[in-house]
Amino acid sequence: MWYLCVFFHRLLDYRRAEVEALADLFGAFQEEEDGNHSLEWKLPEHHHPDCPFHFVNLPSEQIASNIAKRSILVKGIYELWGEGSSYEELEEAIKNYPDDQKVPYLTSESTFRIIVDSFGKALSFQEQNERIQKFAYIPFKGRVNLKNPDHKFWVMETDDYGSSNGLPPVVEKRIFFGREIGAADRKLLPTYQLKSRKYLGPTAMDAEMAFLMANQALAAPGKLVYDPFVGTGSILIAAAHFGAMTMGADIDIRVVRDGRGPDCNVWSNFKQYGLQMPISLLRADNNLPPWRSGLKEVFDAIICDPPYGVRAGGRKSGGRKLLKGVIGPYTVPDDKRIDHIPSTAPYSLAECVHDLLDLAAQMLIMGGRLVFFYPVLREDGSTEPYFPEHPCFTLVAVSEQILSFRYSRYLLTMVKTGLYTKEIAEKAKKMHLDFKENHLKWLEEGNLHSAVFSPADCQTDGPGEFKSNNDLKPKYRGKYV
Amino acid sequence: MRLLTHNMLSCNIKGVTNGFPLRLEVEKFVEKEVEFNSDFLKNMFVKIEWKALVNAARSMGYEELPEEADSSMLDSDEFLKKFHHALLELHLEEGALICPETGRRFPVNKGIPNMLLHEDEV
Repeated sequence: MWYLCVFFHRLLDYRRAEVEALADLFGAFQEEEDGNHSLEWKLPEHHHPDCPFHFVNLPSEQIASNIAKRSILVKGIYELWGEGSSYEELEEAIKNYPDDQKVPYLTSESTFRIIVDSFGKALSFQEQNERIQKFAYIPFKGRVNLKNPDHKFWVMETDDYGSSNGLPPVVEKRIFFGREIGAADRKLLPTYQLKSRKYLGPTAMDAEMAFLMANQALAAPGKLVYDPFVGTGSILIAAAHFGAMTMGADIDIRVVRDGRGPDCNVWSNFKQYGLQMPISLLRADNNLPPWRSGLKEVFDAIICDPPYGVRAGGRKSGGRKLLKGVIGPYTVPDDKRIDHIPSTAPYSLAECVHDLLDLAAQMLIMGGRLVFFYPVLREDGSTEPYFPEHPCFTLVAVSEQILSFRYSRYLLTMVKTGLYTKEIAEKAKKMHLDFKENHLKWLEEGNLHSAVFSPADCQTDGPGEFKSNNDLKPKYRGKYV
Repeated sequence: MRLLTHNMLSCNIKGVTNGFPLRLEVEKFVEKEVEFNSDFLKNMFVKIEWKALVNAARSMGYEELPEEADSSMLDSDEFLKKFHHALLELHLEEGALICPETGRRFPVNKGIPNMLLHEDEV
């Protein structure tokens, strides 16, 4: 059945992806025999894909309600009773909507309220009331209850937008009337906002984004979720909120073990929200993971924000000078082995992503999900960005978030669809050695930091060209916020 | 560190082939109650190296686990409770994990195992 799905005007690229992921989580694709795992979508006529109004085909009202309640970006999913370009047309449509669909929600035992909403302009209280009065032709028998009604009906107008928020103007004004089936619980966000979290690092994941990542990963009770770059635990907190068991590793022992004291560390962050503590936190190097051989298919999902060298760089085992070849291999003397602080070397993005995909291919269950951020420089203009690939994984969602003039990050969601075979393991091992041998080459190739922070005039031949390149990408407010 | 983690870890020093199971050196251990989830336990059971778990639990003073286990035992609540306790509720707080092949000591402080290798072990 088709439902009206209205989104918050935020993180535009993430909205449909979130609904698709949650549809999978709540079993919308169980009856699909051809293994099809995507939803049907439609747009209201003449509407731009970035507008908040979408139609989505879902198998049942129960699934629609589950999706809406769990989501972060769905303002509401509605059973559409009618739409039109004017209130007269809307009346016509609502009157034509079958009675047996309407009557159960208009009974005298039930309470209701009508909410007026508009996109692109604000309506005064009086204007809202005038609009509500127009619906006198719907035979409501129940009582009005503003605080806690059994049924909520929404009138939504798409007036005037285009002038105020940068979206292409709507050719025709549209009014929707529908019964609310479910809506996102955005109260989560102030509860989990970073500014009231006790232990934070410089790259802690924003709460809203962390919840979106946990949704892409289908975090749920009984599942085990791993973050190999756990830091202060900001991503795992979102997964734990949805009931998943969590596990995290980091190469920086000060972060995972010590934090800022006994009451300000990764554990205390989980305690602050009353969440189930992580199953395990450990110090380990993603480049040389300490998992026993033969251990495979243990995690239901791997979620992470790999260090890509813009705000924080990755590190791996082995000294910088050692890998450069400046000094030869040496042995740590026996009397200094205890409390020895091993030196680490910079970890290039290419190597980091290779290791991540290989680890995920081995450690995820079939159908398990790998969700991670991948940075892309925007100077390249209109060329389609290249994303990492792996024979075990199918890329199911790509969502861009523009971070600055220079670069974006893409949230990639991959599903494990192929078994991790011996051949793949061999190939990965070879690649691992190749990275180690050509350490410097990879470091130079993947240097995002200089591309993002160097002065603009070094980047292009002239300021004019730089500008024209950038204009190719749409610049809506919603893309930035 | 719970025994679930112990069951997943091995010594990964270059050239080491028998780095599992790591021997537990217990200085301090604690028991923490964890919510019981039988689905999680059933999922995990097949991934666990049973013998390593039994021995690890024993070095923490917990002797209740049967020497051998197979998936038919997952129907027994009593078994699941013991499994749950050993896997998730016994924590090594201070101590070390010792590589069975090289004797390399991976310290565990404040419950966090430090699995990072020295430069000459990579």
